[in-house]
Amino acid sequence: MAHATSDLLASDVEAYLALHEQKSMLRFITCGSVDDGKSTLIGRLLYDSKLVFSDHLAALESDSKQVGTQGGELDFALLVDGLAAEREQGITIDVAYRFFSTEKRKFIVADTPGHEQYTRNMVTGGSTADLAVILVDARKGVLTQTRRHSFLVSLLGIRHVVLAVNKLDLVDYSQSVFDAIEADYRAFAAQIGLSDILAVPMSALRGDNITEPSPNTPWYTGPTLIGHLEAVEVADEAHTGPFRFPVQWVNRPNLDFRGFAGQVAGGSVRPGDAIRVLPSGQESTVARVVTAAGDLDEATAGQSVTLTLTDEVDVSRGDVLATAADPPGVADQFECHLVWMDTQPMLPGRPYLLKLGTRTVGATVAQPKYKVNVNTLEHTAARTLELNEIGVCNLNLDRQVPFDPYTANRDTGGFILIDRFTNATVAAGMLHFALRRADNIHWQAVEVDKQARARLKGQRPAVVWFTGLSGAGKSTIANLVEKRLYDQGFHTYLLDGDNVRHGLNKDLGFTEADRVENIRRIAEVARLMADAGLIVLTSFISPFRAERQLARDLLDDGEFIEVHVDTPLDVAETRDRKGLYAKARRGELANFTGIDSPYEAPEAPEIRLDASGTVPAEASAELVVDYLRHIGILAPPEGP
Amino acid sequence: MARLTHLQRLEAESIQIFREAVSESERPVMLYSVGKDSSVMLHLATKAFYPSKPPFPLLHVDTTWKFRAMYEFRDKLVADLGLDLLVYQNPECVERGINPFDHGSATHTDMWKTEGLKQALDLHRFDLAFGGARRDEEKSRAKERVFSIRSAQHRWDPKQQRPELWRLYNARTRAGESVRVFPLSNWTELDVWQYIHKEDIPIVPLYLATRRPVVERDGTLIMVDDERMPLRPGEVPRQRSVRFRTLGCYPLTGAVESSAATLPEVIQEMLLTTSSERQGRVIDHDSAGSMEKKKQEGYF
Repeated sequence: MAHATSDLLASDVEAYLALHEQKSMLRFITCGSVDDGKSTLIGRLLYDSKLVFSDHLAALESDSKQVGTQGGELDFALLVDGLAAEREQGITIDVAYRFFSTEKRKFIVADTPGHEQYTRNMVTGGSTADLAVILVDARKGVLTQTRRHSFLVSLLGIRHVVLAVNKLDLVDYSQSVFDAIEADYRAFAAQIGLSDILAVPMSALRGDNITEPSPNTPWYTGPTLIGHLEAVEVADEAHTGPFRFPVQWVNRPNLDFRGFAGQVAGGSVRPGDAIRVLPSGQESTVARVVTAAGDLDEATAGQSVTLTLTDEVDVSRGDVLATAADPPGVADQFECHLVWMDTQPMLPGRPYLLKLGTRTVGATVAQPKYKVNVNTLEHTAARTLELNEIGVCNLNLDRQVPFDPYTANRDTGGFILIDRFTNATVAAGMLHFALRRADNIHWQAVEVDKQARARLKGQRPAVVWFTGLSGAGKSTIANLVEKRLYDQGFHTYLLDGDNVRHGLNKDLGFTEADRVENIRRIAEVARLMADAGLIVLTSFISPFRAERQLARDLLDDGEFIEVHVDTPLDVAETRDRKGLYAKARRGELANFTGIDSPYEAPEAPEIRLDASGTVPAEASAELVVDYLRHIGILAPPEGP
Repeated sequence: MARLTHLQRLEAESIQIFREAVSESERPVMLYSVGKDSSVMLHLATKAFYPSKPPFPLLHVDTTWKFRAMYEFRDKLVADLGLDLLVYQNPECVERGINPFDHGSATHTDMWKTEGLKQALDLHRFDLAFGGARRDEEKSRAKERVFSIRSAQHRWDPKQQRPELWRLYNARTRAGESVRVFPLSNWTELDVWQYIHKEDIPIVPLYLATRRPVVERDGTLIMVDDERMPLRPGEVPRQRSVRFRTLGCYPLTGAVESSAATLPEVIQEMLLTTSSERQGRVIDHDSAGSMEKKKQEGYF
C-alpha cells in the first residue's frame, strides 16, 4: 500500500496511526464509458496506491492473459469488473463502490457506467459525491455522452469537476489537442452552471499525470489527478448553511431522558440555541448535545448525535429541528426535478410514497411540465416519464412537510419515490420550490369506490370495535392505536363518547332503547367512514352482542375487528375516575353496565386484551397494530 | 468549523444507518459472528442508541466449530454489556454431526451457516438483520446495497436491488421478505483496524500473534484447537507464532505466521504485507465467483 512506503510506518507505528486517524475523506464519481478507459483509470488508482494485494494481482495476471484487452499486459479494468454476468459482457452494469487512500485522504469512488440507459446508476452514484471525474477520450473529444454526464453532475449539485482527457498517449501527448478539448468543454460547462473545472491531460494505461507529473507532458503545469483529489477543498454548503436536523428516532431509556437522535443535515448546533420543530412550529431551546463519548459543545453537519430540549415539546420521527432564526419552509405542493428509475413508467395521479429526510408521506405526481433531453438539453412535452427520463413536474403530498430547495441542502431537498405495491424505489427527485395554492393543478377523475379511496390512502378499510366495561381502558388503548397508526401515515378516525354523544346522539338518553339506537347510529357512521377508506376505531361499552353483530353485518367480510378490552368488574370499579360506579352503587345512576345492566362479553372476538392491569396499555395497543398489519389492513388493496 | 476525519464520517454514517433500520422495521436483529467486524458493528450500535441499549437482540449462528477463544469472548462480552444473545445451531447438523472433515467445507458451511441462518431468521420472524459485510472485502460485494432486500426464500437477486440515493434508504418489504443491512459497507479493513485502535474496542485474542499448535495442510496453517481435529498420517502439531486475519470455523480458517502481538504491530504488519483478507478463508477458494453464488443462495 502507499502507506507502506512511509518510513514512519516502519519506525514508529503509533505515530503513524495518530497521523492517519486525522485524514479527511472525499467521495467522487467517475463518468465515462468503458471505451474512455474508466475502469482502467480506477484500476490504476487502486494499483498505484498499492491497494492491490498479491493474490488479487496473481488473479489479475492470469485474467489479463485469458480475457484481457491489452495483449497480455496488465489489464487494470479487470480489477474492478465485479459480477460474473458483467465479466462475460465486458461492461459494468451497476454502481460499484471502490476504496483507496493516500497519506492525506481516504477516497470512496462511485464507479458508474456511461451507457445511455443507465442514467439511473449515475444519479445514484452521484447523489453522495463531492466531486466528479469526467473522462474524455483524447482522440474523440467532447461527445454527446460527455454533455449528458455533465448535465447530470450539474443537476445533482456536484460543484467540482475534473475533466480527465485520457489516452493522450494515442495522440502523441499533443498540447493542441488537449487545449482544444478543454476550451470546447469549458464553453459547454458554462451553459449548465459548472465553473470549478480542472482539466488534466493523462493516460490511465501508461500512468501519466495520475500520481506523478508526466515527463511526456512538460507543457502541463497543473496538479496530477491524485494531487488535485488530495487537495481540493469541497467546503460543503451544508456546513455553512442554517441548522437542520431530521429526527430519526426518539430515545427514551427512562422517564428522565427524552432525546432526539439524528444526523446534522446542515449548519451546526450548540446547547442554548433556539430551535423550531417543523412542521408543528413549536419552539424550544437545545439543552444538551449527547453522544456516547460525552456531551459536545457543538455538533456540525455530518455528525450523528442525540439532542435534548429544555421544554416538553412534541417531537417524533420525521420532524425537523431547525434554527428558529432561519427555519425551512413547510408545504405540501412543489415543483421538482424527477429522475425516473423504474421499468414501469410514471403514472400521473397514481399514489406513491415519498421519503424526504426521515419522513415518508403519500404523494401524487402531475403530468410533467416537460422532459429534458439529456443529450441536447432540449425541453420536450411529455405525458409521462419512462426509465432513465428526467422531467420537471408538480408534486402533491398528503401532508405538509418541512423542506429546503435541493440547491440549498441535499438532505432536506432530495427525495425518493417508492411504489406502494412493489416497494421499488421508482424515482429520485430534487425539490425546487413550494407552489402557492393558486397554482393548484386539477387531478384527473378516476373510478371512485371504496377500494380506490382506500388505495389512495395505502391501506384497507376497517372498523376496530373496542368493547368492554366502563373504566376498562378502551379509550386509552384506542387513542394509542390511533396515534401509532397516524405516525405511520395511515388515515384513521376515532369515534367515542366525546365526539358522538355531544353531537349526533345528543338526543339520546341511557334507556336500553336509547343505548341500542346509540350503537346503531355509531355502526352506520363507522360503515360510511369505512366506505371512505378509513380505518375507524370505536370506543364504546357496547354491552349487547346483538348490536355488535349488527355493526359486523353492515361491513364486508374481514373489515370488522372486535376487540374485547377485558377487565374484571372489581378492577374496573377501582378505576372509577368519574365516580360513575359509586353513583350507580348508590342507585343514583340507572342502567349502568355491570351494576344493574348486563355486559354480554364477546364469545369470539378477533382480539381479547387483558386489561386487568398487568399488561401496559402501550403493549395492548402494539398488539392491535400488529394484528392489523398481520391481516393486511396496513397495506393497500390489490388491483389497478 | 473543524472538518470531520474519515473515521468520524464513517462512524456518523453507520450510526445513521442503524437508526434508520431500527425505525423502519418491526423485528430487527444483529448477526453477531464474534469477529472484529462484529466487534466494531456492536460498538457502533451501542453509540447509535446511547443512552438506551441497542433495541434488538444479537444472533449468533453457531456451527459448534468456532475457536474456543471465540466462545469465551462472546459469552464474557454479552454478560459485561448486558445484551440479549440468541445462539442458533441447525438441529439437523447437530443430529447428523456435520463437520468439515467428513462432509467437506462446502456442505459444512452451507448447512451450518447458510441453512442455519435462514432457519434462525424464520424461527424468530426477524424482518431485518444487520450484518458486518464490507464492500471492499470482495469484488462481488462492491455493488451490494446498504439495505439489501431478500426474498421469502432469503435469496439475493442482483437485478432487483433498489437504487440508494443520498442518505435515503427504502426498507419496505412485502410479507415474507426481509432486509439485510450492512452498516460497515463503506469501511475498509484498514478503517476497521484503525477504529478498533482509536476506540480501544475489545477483540478476540486470536487476532494477535502468540505460539499456537498448528499443522500445515494444503498450504494453509490450521490450528489444532481441540481433540476433534483428525490428523493425517505424518501430521504433528507444532507450536508456531501465528495470528488470524479473519475468524470462522477453526478447521476452515488459515493462520498467518506472525510476531505481531499488539494491535499496532498487527496494523503495521498488515500494511507492510500484501495478501488480501479473505484469502485466509478456505470457502472462498472453491470456485471463481463463489462468493457471488453463495450470496444468491442466501449466505450473508
